[in-house]
Amino acid sequence: MLEKFIFGNLTLQAIPYHNPIIMGAAAMMAVVGAIILGSLFYFKKWKWLWSEWITSVDHKKIGIMYLILALVMFLRGFTDAIMMRLQQALAAGDSLGYLPPEHYDQIFTAHGVIMIFFMAMPFMFGLINIVLPLQIGARDVAFPYLNSLSLWLSVVGAVLVNISLVVGDFAATGWLAYPPLSEIAYSPTVGVDYYIWALQISGVGTLLSGINFVVTILKMRCPGMTMMKMPVFAWTVFCSMILVILAFPVLTVTLGMLFLDRYFGMHFFTADFGGNSMMYINMIWIWGHPEVYILILPAFGMFSEVVATFSKKYLFGYTTMVWATASITVLSFIVWLHHFFTMGAGADVNGFFGIATMIIAIPTGVKVFNWLFTMYRGRITFTTPMLWTVGFITTFVIGGMTGVMLAVPAIDFQVHNSVFLIAHFHNVIIGGVVFGYLAGFTYWFPKAFGFKLNEKLGKYAFWCWLIGFYTAFMPLYALGLMGMTRRLSHYSNLEWHPYLIVAAIGAAIIGCGVMFQVLQLIVSIKNREHYRDKTGDAWEGGRTLEWSIPSPAPFYNFAILPHVDSRDAFWVAKQKKLANPHAITHPQYQDIHMPKNTGIGFIIAMFSGMFGFAMIWHIGWLTVAGLIGILATTIIRTFDTHTDYYVKTAEIERLEKVIA
Amino acid sequence: MTADTLTHHDHHHNADATDIFGFWIYIMSDCILFAIIFATFAVLHTDLYGGPALKELTDMPYVLVETMVLLSSSFTYGMSILALYKNEIKKVITWLIITFLLGATFVGMEINEFVHLCLEGHSWQSSAALSAFFTLVGTHGFHVFMGLFWMLTLVIQLLVFGINPMMRRRLTYLGLFWAFLDIVWIFVFTIVYLMEAI
Amino acid sequence: MSGPHETSIEHGSGQKTLSSYIIGFILCIILTLISFGLVEKRMLSDTYLYLGLAGLAVIQLFVQCICFLRLNCSPEGRWNLLPFLFSILIISILVGGSLWIMYNLNYNMSN
Repeated sequence: MLEKFIFGNLTLQAIPYHNPIIMGAAAMMAVVGAIILGSLFYFKKWKWLWSEWITSVDHKKIGIMYLILALVMFLRGFTDAIMMRLQQALAAGDSLGYLPPEHYDQIFTAHGVIMIFFMAMPFMFGLINIVLPLQIGARDVAFPYLNSLSLWLSVVGAVLVNISLVVGDFAATGWLAYPPLSEIAYSPTVGVDYYIWALQISGVGTLLSGINFVVTILKMRCPGMTMMKMPVFAWTVFCSMILVILAFPVLTVTLGMLFLDRYFGMHFFTADFGGNSMMYINMIWIWGHPEVYILILPAFGMFSEVVATFSKKYLFGYTTMVWATASITVLSFIVWLHHFFTMGAGADVNGFFGIATMIIAIPTGVKVFNWLFTMYRGRITFTTPMLWTVGFITTFVIGGMTGVMLAVPAIDFQVHNSVFLIAHFHNVIIGGVVFGYLAGFTYWFPKAFGFKLNEKLGKYAFWCWLIGFYTAFMPLYALGLMGMTRRLSHYSNLEWHPYLIVAAIGAAIIGCGVMFQVLQLIVSIKNREHYRDKTGDAWEGGRTLEWSIPSPAPFYNFAILPHVDSRDAFWVAKQKKLANPHAITHPQYQDIHMPKNTGIGFIIAMFSGMFGFAMIWHIGWLTVAGLIGILATTIIRTFDTHTDYYVKTAEIERLEKVIA
Repeated sequence: MTADTLTHHDHHHNADATDIFGFWIYIMSDCILFAIIFATFAVLHTDLYGGPALKELTDMPYVLVETMVLLSSSFTYGMSILALYKNEIKKVITWLIITFLLGATFVGMEINEFVHLCLEGHSWQSSAALSAFFTLVGTHGFHVFMGLFWMLTLVIQLLVFGINPMMRRRLTYLGLFWAFLDIVWIFVFTIVYLMEAI
Repeated sequence: MSGPHETSIEHGSGQKTLSSYIIGFILCIILTLISFGLVEKRMLSDTYLYLGLAGLAVIQLFVQCICFLRLNCSPEGRWNLLPFLFSILIISILVGGSLWIMYNLNYNMSN
């Protein structure tokens, strides 16, 4: 009785002792964790970690922490991918491969959940956090404390997903957890609950970030920077964050209703008592479609910045770029049914959404042409970011074309839920989102860390990713047309086998690309003095404001807020040989208003994690404790009236001299 | 690019405007949240699984009283804001407490309604329609409950800090939240109670 | 307008006044009573009843937005008005679209 009260449904049986793969992964996590914790103790860095990083409300540091989260979770998501490719390459005909179906199902679910929610979103927020305030000449985001809270809520979500590997299991339903399969009757284990709480908790963080960046862009641009003088990246972030604000509440409600079904016996989506699981699919895709645009729009913005910089030209068609981005934003709300053409809404409905889906390809095409026209007659340098961009243009366009094919309901009926679909969305996600974020990462790395990444290794990584991607996914298009469905742990049609072997090789080639990237990080960090950015204008062609300040930027970003008169203001200033503020002999500094560091965001997130874990395992007292913790911490924070401070002009002068 | 200056007063004025605008955007996201729950109710409200129609489970005069109570609380909150303009802290707190009592009455009446329905065998587990009913009305009621909690906290903070820019800002946030809740209730009583009764 | 002893905290929405609150309050009471009355007394046929109730709800929404929230078209008010209108647009699309889709799905998938 007491055990049930203290531990809820949690027992030692929850740990999968008999699964060698999981135990091996757990051992690795334990070793890495021990090394990190050990180093912190050995080098006595706990205080530093707490005061410089965990309690930081500095958007640049928060951005870096998001990037670390994305990198760590990418390794797990990519491992899932390798495991799946390997399984499918082996499990042809009589062979069952090395993964039992229940395990395989959890792997493809985790792969999707991790890559979208805990790799792509953190990667995106990481880059946005580091760059956006600098690009618009601001000293911070609108709500620094909420920014910290958002980060730690995302971390907690990721931690829950990682805990699910060793305590209990994960959802085996696919990354969107369709009912009735995800209902308690058919998924009685804690897997779907881990899924629900990881996403609900990190979802709150995401929504708060959406609000934060929209307000930042609308209210905190530096003087003179009208909306139409903002860098295009800022526009794409703006539109993406609007999508976040409008779409994430839908995810919250949908998963919330699934939770109510599972925990309180409600019947929103159950197979009986009047439930309608089609409504779940409708709602989850109302969120799901804008979600992919949330991911791709900032990538488009990054490409715009990179193309202009490395073609040494103004971005072609700034106004049409803005209109195209805005059109995509609005249109992304009227296409969602194309994810379930086959569910049976009929010809009229399918026709409307099919046409709308085709229409949304048009503004995207406008963007592609604008990038190409920017490059035309530019003085192009093929740095690593530019390579990622050119790779993106070809790859994404192919993916987009298969998307337009899928937009035709008649075609979709043939290939829905086949690996043709898998190939399409990986085509646009990897070619678009991943290539874009990697371009942005390489491009803005010097601004964040003060030194550039090794170019040669970056190029090797790019070529491995490009060749690996095509090798891995082109066979899937063919297989889809040949009738292979998705999510198969084994199959009997031996004709498919050679294609899947090729696909596995492709995954391995991407793996080489990843290893080059890890090597690139190690080599660049080791030789950072050699790669040091001494001026702040790391690529020497910087056009926008972030390049006008040192690398890494001082914590207050701009000693003097810039005043801009045009687009690409920094470029214009350089052409006119106007000194940047650092070279002004007697700069007029003013006190700078900065927010104080705070651990509250971290603490609230920890209580949220406690709450989530307790809900998953039905541990009543821990649930209440978590809730009280969240509420109490939030209220305590509101009684704190000393949450900010001023950096005095004397201090600014001193710091600026040190930098110069 | 040239350098520009911002006066101290401008900075704080702008900061307040920014914060309140941010809260408004959060309210917009909450509108979307409710809209989707409404949509779910609209889709599921006839899936009664053999149970009685919703109009047989609801009591119009009772809901009318609830509506008037909540509407009055919106009015009384407005009175506290007017007192805030005049810096009359005692009046602000008095009106807030009246608003709190009205809001608590509303929540109490809703809980009472829910308990009665469950005791009569019509719970959220009975059918999809009832799941949607309890969730929609309950989510609104939960928001009101959190608003009451918040209101109490602000009353305490007024006693501790007095009226200052920070408290003005917070009372503005709660005012937006409270008005928004009454607006959502318009649609709840219209769609869930009145239209069901047709 | 703020008097010499009044401190306005309004940013983006208009100044609240006693008269706007009282007018709003009375109008809302009337609109609510009409709604309830229409259903109790069955003064209209079913379709008109639905339309009437919907219309009254929308009118009350307007009244509350203008009298209580003081949404307005002034340069500062536009900051709040635009997100609000855009949200209403998206809500219409999502709710309307869902109803259309689910109606068709339920029809096709349950016969």
